[in-house]
Amino acid sequence: MRLRNAWVGCAVAVALAASVAACGGSKEASNTSAEPGGGAGAAAGGQKVDTATAGEVKGTVTVDGAVPKNEPIKMNADPVCVQQNKTPQFQETYMVGSDGKSLANVFVYVKDGLGNYVYDTPTEPAKIDQQNCRYHPHVFGMRVGQPLEIVNSDPTLHNIHAMPKSNQEFNNGQPIQGMKMTHTFTAKEVMVPFKCDVHGWMNAYVGVLDHPYYAVTDADGKFDIKTLPPGTYTIEAWHEKLGTTTQSVTVGQKETKEITFTFKAPAGATATN
Amino acid sequence: MLHKYSRFVVACTVLLILAGSFVTSTDSGLSVPDWPTTYGQNMFTFPYSKMVGGIFYEHGHRLIASTVGVLTIGLAVWLWLAEPRRWMRWLGVAALGAIVAQGVLGGLTVLFFLPPAVSTAHAGLAEIFFCITVAIAVFTSPGWAANTGVDDATLRRLTTLTTVLVYAQILVGATMRHTGAGLAIPDFPWMFGHVVPDHWSAKIAVHFAHRVGALVVALAIVSTSVYVWRRHGDRMELTRPATLILFLVGVQVMLGAFTVLSRRDVWINSLHVVCGALVLTTSLVITLRAYRVRFRAPQQRLGVAA
Repeated sequence: MRLRNAWVGCAVAVALAASVAACGGSKEASNTSAEPGGGAGAAAGGQKVDTATAGEVKGTVTVDGAVPKNEPIKMNADPVCVQQNKTPQFQETYMVGSDGKSLANVFVYVKDGLGNYVYDTPTEPAKIDQQNCRYHPHVFGMRVGQPLEIVNSDPTLHNIHAMPKSNQEFNNGQPIQGMKMTHTFTAKEVMVPFKCDVHGWMNAYVGVLDHPYYAVTDADGKFDIKTLPPGTYTIEAWHEKLGTTTQSVTVGQKETKEITFTFKAPAGATATN
Repeated sequence: MLHKYSRFVVACTVLLILAGSFVTSTDSGLSVPDWPTTYGQNMFTFPYSKMVGGIFYEHGHRLIASTVGVLTIGLAVWLWLAEPRRWMRWLGVAALGAIVAQGVLGGLTVLFFLPPAVSTAHAGLAEIFFCITVAIAVFTSPGWAANTGVDDATLRRLTTLTTVLVYAQILVGATMRHTGAGLAIPDFPWMFGHVVPDHWSAKIAVHFAHRVGALVVALAIVSTSVYVWRRHGDRMELTRPATLILFLVGVQVMLGAFTVLSRRDVWINSLHVVCGALVLTTSLVITLRAYRVRFRAPQQRLGVAA
């Protein structure tokens, strides 16, 4: 009886997740911020951003010095993961570009200065996929109230365990390949860590914001925050090990400002991989 | 036969404690998000092929715990039917109550994402359950029935104090373990290069308390053992566990040190938990034997009952 209930529950969850996906599709992580007016359902009160006069903040995140080698991953606890990853696997902690400086997987966002603008909440879900025993993407951003679609593309079991401080913690099992579920965060939080307790090496981070001005640096360490209304802002760059660094930037009408964030490499680090 | 069965339950409980410590050492406590089911399936029909990664430790712990639960039901029933001492029958019921409560605590800590208070209570109750099973094994042993024990009030006070101190130290250790403070002081034997930490946080304080506790417990155990050997050197039932506990506490201190130096190696960390439980129950055995004189012989009790 319990088993049957569980199967019914799974079927309902899959059907629900599938219907959400069918309505919204999926969106991979991008180094470019979203349009502020995107999506349906305008928020009440406040001022809308005038995209005709909006500016842009873009730039690069670099690291000064040699970062530690990423930890090697032993996947032999799960034969499926071993089969899917024939080459040596490493953590994604320090994703340094070929120039030895540019840093990927840094979450850059407007921390302060937006005033009382209002933004539509996207109905298109953000997406995180458990594929080849890794989270894809490793770092990403989404909005408060936006659905997050969580997919297990692996032919093995995963649990997705979110460990927020301001939002509700959750831990859900996805034992079947293709399973989907959705979750909605109700409060802004930078960052919410995810982990899989089955495969201890799997981790990811999501920045949950109440505005659309965020981006994640690409392989060249570049980011681009678009359609930013004129004003003075505190921009923060967050890295999972190197912490945060902020800059103040003033953007005029239709102006593009270029900034660079530089993290100090940890003391004692000798090499990268 | 009942004594042999109770010893078997004790051995299985040691295995259960080892399995439980592996769950924490491998950080697998939430690898099975649901309880009492396992990924929506009846836990007893969950296939072995799916026990991968952290599930192997968490689900394995649940299966061993269930086995010990069934064995404890058997022990309680056996004691209820065959044991003439009324308090022994109720001790069996207490063991059963403890393992049931322990299972519920284990389930709650999973469902509430391992709150340190619940996880620490789970660890603390595990030791109490282990103590009950060891006590039952002692009380059903032929040695207990044949021996009247020594009448030494100092020995009773000393062994009681030692056992209480060991248990308190285990609770501090469990708090350290479940608040992630195991490496809050990263060096050994120094603490941030000093005899006493030069800066503090809640985690450093818990870790420091566990190290100070280790010294206090080691002193108490050495005192108890020396006292036993000096005053009761002819009593094998006391000198044997008094020697064993010296060996165990030495191993335990080394395991604690290597847990830090190895950056919480899974095996060393887990064996530290098991060895701590063995120190506690060895101290309990000495304590119970120190109190033997206060108990009437089983046959006398039987006579009264008849």
